[in-house]
Amino acid sequence: MNVAAEMSIQAGAAAAQMKSPSRVGDKAFEWLTLGMAVAVIVLVFLIGWELARGSSLAIQKFGFRFLIASKWDPVTEEFGALPFVYGTLVSSLIALLIAVPLSIATAVYLTELAPLWIRQPIVSLIEMLAAIPSVILGLWGIFVMIPWLRDYLFPFLKHLLGWTPFFTGPIYGPCMLAGGIIVAIMILPIITSVSREILRSVPNLQREAAYALGATRWEVTRIAVLSYARKGLFGAVTLGLGRALGETMAVTMVIGNTPQIAASLFKPGYTLASVIANEFTEATTDIYLQSLFEIGLVLFGVTILVNLLAQLLLKTMVTTSTTRAVQ
Amino acid sequence: MKVMPSPDPSVFERSDGAALDAVETEPAPPLTFQVKALSMWYGGKQAIENVSLDVVSKAVTAIIGPSGCGKSTFLRCLNRMHELVPRTRMEGTVLLDGEDLYLTNVNPAIVRRRVGMVFQKSNPFPTMSIGENVIVGLRLNGVRDKKFLNERLEKSLRMAALWDEVKDDLHKPGTSLSGGQQQRLCIARALAVEPEVILMDEPCSALDPIATAKIEELIHELRSQYTIVIVTHNMQQAGRVSDFTAFFYMGRLIEFGTTTKIFTNPTEKQTEDYITGRFG
Amino acid sequence: MKMKFQTANQHTWRTIKNVLASAATFLSAVLVIAPLGLVFFHLLANGLSSVNWDFFTHLPKPVGEAGGGMANAIVGSLILLGLGSMIGIPVGVLGGVYLAEYGTARANSVLRFVADVLNGVPSITWGVVVYGLVVLRFKSFSAYAGGLALGLIMIPLILRTTEEVVLLVPNGYREASLALGVARWKTIVHIVMKTASKGIITGILLALARIAGETAPLLFTAFGNRFWDHNLAQPIAALPLQIFTYAISPYDDWHRQAWAGALVLVIGIFCVNVVVRILTRGRKISVA
Repeated sequence: MNVAAEMSIQAGAAAAQMKSPSRVGDKAFEWLTLGMAVAVIVLVFLIGWELARGSSLAIQKFGFRFLIASKWDPVTEEFGALPFVYGTLVSSLIALLIAVPLSIATAVYLTELAPLWIRQPIVSLIEMLAAIPSVILGLWGIFVMIPWLRDYLFPFLKHLLGWTPFFTGPIYGPCMLAGGIIVAIMILPIITSVSREILRSVPNLQREAAYALGATRWEVTRIAVLSYARKGLFGAVTLGLGRALGETMAVTMVIGNTPQIAASLFKPGYTLASVIANEFTEATTDIYLQSLFEIGLVLFGVTILVNLLAQLLLKTMVTTSTTRAVQ
Repeated sequence: MKVMPSPDPSVFERSDGAALDAVETEPAPPLTFQVKALSMWYGGKQAIENVSLDVVSKAVTAIIGPSGCGKSTFLRCLNRMHELVPRTRMEGTVLLDGEDLYLTNVNPAIVRRRVGMVFQKSNPFPTMSIGENVIVGLRLNGVRDKKFLNERLEKSLRMAALWDEVKDDLHKPGTSLSGGQQQRLCIARALAVEPEVILMDEPCSALDPIATAKIEELIHELRSQYTIVIVTHNMQQAGRVSDFTAFFYMGRLIEFGTTTKIFTNPTEKQTEDYITGRFG
Repeated sequence: MKMKFQTANQHTWRTIKNVLASAATFLSAVLVIAPLGLVFFHLLANGLSSVNWDFFTHLPKPVGEAGGGMANAIVGSLILLGLGSMIGIPVGVLGGVYLAEYGTARANSVLRFVADVLNGVPSITWGVVVYGLVVLRFKSFSAYAGGLALGLIMIPLILRTTEEVVLLVPNGYREASLALGVARWKTIVHIVMKTASKGIITGILLALARIAGETAPLLFTAFGNRFWDHNLAQPIAALPLQIFTYAISPYDDWHRQAWAGALVLVIGIFCVNVVVRILTRGRKISVA
């Protein structure tokens, strides 16, 4: 009670010491953080604008022919982007053909079939693979993967499938197929982890219902889980495609960097990202540089569209961020 | 035996306006809060309907009623905490010592310094020590004087009956205390900024009986210096600690009076049904 | 109605399918992890021998001469990370705070969407953009340009991770602080962000680990440098750039150094990831 009396005597002392709160601080902080958040929108437009600005000459000169012209010759100043569009699409397609079955199967293994004790170690290992920078994988690609491909896998493929147009011709080493394989390695982690999130988000009720009907584990997976998760898995694959389209360093180091359109996968190729990486600093003339800017614009547009599609597909299924999966 | 001073007769008005007989023995006691025709909506849904209520100074007023009757909502209207929820709408007046709390130029932060709050789940800040927790309200409001802060630290902890238990452990994290101690720490934290009123929103519902008893004892000690409004779903607790009780049901104030009257001779049948446990 | 159960053959076939599926998916998992093992093996086999004191302290030697190191590249990378952080951290963290504390549901879903799309933009695109904005304007490659490119990549990464951890802070703490009469912005900074600080730092570390290995955006912003240069408005060396240059060169000695540089870079990145793992131990946040 004594303490209470003392407290009342000092009543107002605290009030006197405390500064009067201003509402300005609140408003200022809100505006500051809003500005920072809006930056992402600004950035998207900034990229588009800068790329368009930097390629305005080329756009004027070539128009839409840019995308379908197949000759890229800096000497004669003929710039056609078709070889790179072709190269990007083919290498990404090969990458998807290899990576998607493996990734989804792995995701299924990790969420449905694997014993619990093994799951986290495998997940950690996949995260570590995701953390390897592209240039280091490319380094490994040049000195380890390509010699092995050249000496073992490619002759085997040629022997087996040489009658098709895809596996004809001499084997150099760096080629479209090598590019596709290395992009596959790069996108395995992201497709696996996003697929895993998708599969995990399938409500247990679905699985339990199937189990209750006497299904085996695999049947539960096939019937209850995979069909439910179809849309999300498609989103995961699309995300992987978006990543594959933009893959730069590792591809540049193993694909051969020759602007040509050929059926054989043993022939060297060239992608949109690779030509920018290789030739940007060598572009001596304005039109050359602007054409490269335009390639950047094409690449930007394509990846934005693919990523938009991926996000739309994923939005409905996954509630947590797929950003961390992308990292 | 001394008759309890009765509040202003208008206090006994029910929401339909009929006045009850009031005992006129002494002049009306000072009022901390005067709530007039308060109504509140969450989005489209009405949570409180036309409540008028006067809270007597330096006394304990309990608010009881079944779940969802609006008692916590009402409490939060007294320190403008309901504004933290988006899309709320309010009509009516709340006067604190005669001043309208809801005038546009009134800074809610100042209101909240004068009207402190203790929550159902004790929430000492996890990144701070016990000592830091107590004086955080002063520090973040700009008080720098170390001597003053230390004085208030000790005084607040004494008022919360916690000083002797923690005086050697002030540097330890706030979350290292037991549930009951954490709640008393939160009370000390609220006391440190020297409010006039302490609002308590079911402060003991997460505590065991021993800790609850300590808090009730604390309330008993504090009421001579502070106006206390306590929301509780525990009727017996209301009977133990409060001087006045308000019974809410479905957003309306059904009855308000001295605790003795409410619990022994309620006027409304609904009140009587609730008290006797016919519904809850 | 007579219920017909399966024949024994049918049941066996289903069991076999089950086992096959488990085996096939397990094999897939092995194949997915295999490249990791292979890469690590070769990094160690080829790089370890070249990682010596010289590597960390010497500048690159001219073509043809043996020896030399990547000291300037290592320091350059650190400088670029620092410059990038100066942009990426404030914008990312504060932006994330906005989404978590102020944003309406609609505004937030738009901003999140945009941030996620931005995260999918190829990093070389950022290089081209910064080239146009900075390098062309100032007519020089520079550390500033490289730092800017890296910082821009960091923004959407940090924004999303910050938003997520701040959202996880229980509302009770905000209420308790506001009930003391503390201003809202102080509540956010001193109570909410402080409570979420571990998560915010984790997000920053992850972003740093990610951009430490980025090469493409630096190709024509930082450009690379064979010497020490204290002027940040000049080209600067960076570890991934050096690795790339050496790897595609025809010189064996440079190839060896590329392996060494790769080993150092990977170990650096993995150390950061281990730190993150330690920091997030026992918490719900998982990094896919």
